Amino acid sequence: MASSFLNIVNATLDWVTATLDAPSSRAIVFGVPIGGHLFVEVLLFLVIVFLLSQKSYKPPKRPLTEKEIDELCEEWVPESLIPPITEEMQYEPPVLESAAGPHAIINGKEVVNFAAANYLGLIGHEKLLESCTSALEKYGVGSCGPRGFYGTIDVHLDCEARIAKFLGTPDSIVYSYGLSTMFSAIPAFCKKGDIIVVDEGVHWGIQNGLYLSRSTIVYFKHNDMESLRNTLEKITLKNQRAKKLRRYIVVEAVYQNSGQIAPLDEIVKLKEKYRFRVVLDESNSFGVLGKAGRGLTEFCGVPVEKIDIITAAMGHALATEGGFCTGSARVTDHQRLSSSGYVFSASLPPYLASGAITAIDVLEENPDLITKLKKNIAVLWKGLSGILGLSLASNPESPIVFLRLEKSTGSVKSDLQLLEDISDRLLKEYSIFVVTSKRSTLDKCRLPVGIRLFVSAAHLESDLLKASESLKRVADSVLKDHI
Amino acid sequence: MITIPYLTALSTYFSYGLLFAFGQLRDFFRKIIDWWQSGDLQGYAPICLGLEDFYIRRLYNRIQDCFGRPISSAPDAWFDVVERYSNDNNKTLKRTSKISRCLNLGSYNYLGFAASDEYCTPRAIESLKKFSPSTCSSRVDGGTTTLHKELEECVANFVGKPDAMVTGMGYVTNSAILPVLIGKGGLIISDSLNHNSIVNGARGSGATVRVFQHNTPSHLEKVLREQISEGQPRTHRPWKKIIVIVEGIYSMEGELCQLPEIVAICKKYKAYVYLDEAHSIGAVGKTGRGVCELLGVDTADVDIMMGTFTKSFGSCGGYIAGSKEVIQYLKYTCPAHLYATSVSPPAAQQIISAIKVILGEDGTSRGAQKLARIRENSNFFRSELQKMGFEVLGDNDSPVMPIMLYNPAKIPAFSRECLKQNVAVVTVAFPATPLLLARARICISASHTKEDLLRALEVISRVGDLVGIKYFPAEPSKQETNVIKLE
Repeated sequence: MASSFLNIVNATLDWVTATLDAPSSRAIVFGVPIGGHLFVEVLLFLVIVFLLSQKSYKPPKRPLTEKEIDELCEEWVPESLIPPITEEMQYEPPVLESAAGPHAIINGKEVVNFAAANYLGLIGHEKLLESCTSALEKYGVGSCGPRGFYGTIDVHLDCEARIAKFLGTPDSIVYSYGLSTMFSAIPAFCKKGDIIVVDEGVHWGIQNGLYLSRSTIVYFKHNDMESLRNTLEKITLKNQRAKKLRRYIVVEAVYQNSGQIAPLDEIVKLKEKYRFRVVLDESNSFGVLGKAGRGLTEFCGVPVEKIDIITAAMGHALATEGGFCTGSARVTDHQRLSSSGYVFSASLPPYLASGAITAIDVLEENPDLITKLKKNIAVLWKGLSGILGLSLASNPESPIVFLRLEKSTGSVKSDLQLLEDISDRLLKEYSIFVVTSKRSTLDKCRLPVGIRLFVSAAHLESDLLKASESLKRVADSVLKDHI
Repeated sequence: MITIPYLTALSTYFSYGLLFAFGQLRDFFRKIIDWWQSGDLQGYAPICLGLEDFYIRRLYNRIQDCFGRPISSAPDAWFDVVERYSNDNNKTLKRTSKISRCLNLGSYNYLGFAASDEYCTPRAIESLKKFSPSTCSSRVDGGTTTLHKELEECVANFVGKPDAMVTGMGYVTNSAILPVLIGKGGLIISDSLNHNSIVNGARGSGATVRVFQHNTPSHLEKVLREQISEGQPRTHRPWKKIIVIVEGIYSMEGELCQLPEIVAICKKYKAYVYLDEAHSIGAVGKTGRGVCELLGVDTADVDIMMGTFTKSFGSCGGYIAGSKEVIQYLKYTCPAHLYATSVSPPAAQQIISAIKVILGEDGTSRGAQKLARIRENSNFFRSELQKMGFEVLGDNDSPVMPIMLYNPAKIPAFSRECLKQNVAVVTVAFPATPLLLARARICISASHTKEDLLRALEVISRVGDLVGIKYFPAEPSKQETNVIKLE
């Protein structure tokens, strides 16, 4: 038994030695004797081939059967299209029975209107009405086509040229709606990967534009230049690639959400230091700030060429509708084929374009409109300072006078309710029409809410005094318990 | 589906290839010159990236004169096109004081309300005098006048929904309302050829977007089944809600939506239907109430009805119509209602008056005549074009009819030749259509007379022969011999 086992072992050993001694295994490849490697490797190779030839374990694939899909579809219960209606959603705004001028009619009663951004008091202006009427007669109401397809009417081109001439820029481009100007212009110049530094208080039109551009968005503290500087510093230092990317600072001239004015001179200094481009929304400053009403650039003494893209809505000071964007020829030309709100939308009704031209003419002929507006703002400011429980949050030069609660109740909703009470009583008891800053649930702005008064050059001094007097009285009685 | 003839596809590819190659060559030289005189802003990345505006610089600019032609009159059946010239190879175009009176086959003036109208215009002017051109305020603040209230009631009544909300621009209506209705965790299933405003609105909403093959209900059903059974990507949670978005008439195809089938499928799978009637409201249906009326769909089955006033009504703005609750919610939170200037009062009056004319509430039958006329005109024009051998897209009754051109060189050729013979047509190329499928688009209006249409057909036929776009053999018929006789 033992000898047979020894025999087998010996035979195997012999065979192995023979194999190892075989001429092939004694071969020398590139000066290295390979010994028994070949034998072992062939064995290993065979094992690998054997293993590979085996089927690997796969869990059986069982796609959903038609019946199961049917069941799933049957089971699925969608949410309702809208959340349940609550009381606050049932708000109905006051209905005007006249033009929205400084004195409007609501419920058959004449009220002083602080809700319209009719800064220069051009609503109802004789010349404006005349030019709109003749344009209506000549061109009809709508343009019936986008700009590319016979929707370009000669007044559009004239309007663009007029705005550019007024601001001293090479060219401008007119949009058919104020809100769409910003959210079309921004995505035309910013794409994925670009960097945008933006004030946290910008209005929804800009927020939407930023979102649609898919760029990297960095917010800085509302109107805080120190915060802007730090943000710019961080971005340029941290990101070596930043030099190759397009970089923008987006600010509003007069913030719709707070009435603050952006310090453009400082922004331009920072922009030049860190090499960013500036996108400026002049919706509430065009026709208002500066000696001739050319907006924030004139107000801060910054040459207009330094601002790369300027946008504005024409539904405020110019008392028509639509918006425009201006800048270098390159900037405007690029938008004519790349800006979705321009390419894919019907153009501005020609009578509104012609109204805008006339409004600029009127503004240029009557620079005293701006002085009058300034005076009115000062009067209202004086009247409104020192109201119990409310503080002025806006810039003293801004045409939007923004009052906010000195002491928040802790929630935006109840704050708004308090302010809403004040504005309701003002309208009912004193015939003063002011509005609160309502916010959409989509709006990401987190600045405190408040009461907004849009001052107009057409307000009489008595209107302003009456407004501040009554506001004081109403605030006293409404906020009495709150303070 | 459009099937391109093999040879045409090849030559189209070749043309674009050639344009691209020459463009690159010119860019190369431009770069050398720029490098030579490098005075550009240092340290800034270029504001328009090279490839982004390559198309504009090297392709679009060559034929820029075919687009954006300024006019100096109302966009009625005939209008004045301002002539332009260029001194720098079409890079910039300058206006001259010369005009040419052309037949208008380009504007969306379906019912002929673009020009001054005996009923609408005096009323619009009256409103202008009473309410001024603007309210300078948003709807929710101080921008709601009695006119706006009346308009919303009028629109709701016209489209057949309990309530409606009006905004000042059609584009904004789509792009600001979709984000309110749906957000993260929701699914938007959109037709592959939906308008850019819907695409932007869907993107802005943060919801997942899936696309179904253009106007194919069976594919919609497939996508719906797949999506409902799989749920949200990665988490596989069930979708919160699904909105299916379709258009009534597709503006670049002229096709009518297969609404009855789509509504049935959406009902079966509990998806909400969002119908954009930008081109169909006022233009089709017996009383102008859009595709629902034309195709016999109950408006109660369409959850959200959207449309614009820029086309048939000759005004501006857009509307959303739906149940009382939906509109109430939208008015509470829609940014277009909260932040945007309200519809210009004269424009609002124009819409009200136009609707009154369409419904015959002005005391005449002009509205009914207009509707009959546009239907007749469209069907006549379409059948004539088809007989001549053009490749015409779209369905009967639709006033939009694209004629396929394909080759890039045929775009300016067709447009310029037609203009020379005083017929203004719209040609559509890349950003609005796929690269290969360039086309000319004709929009018929109720204000076109029979003579206008015969004249247009004669010119288009002649130009079509010249440019070589009669892709099908002509069909000899009585009608055509008439046309030849006229020649």
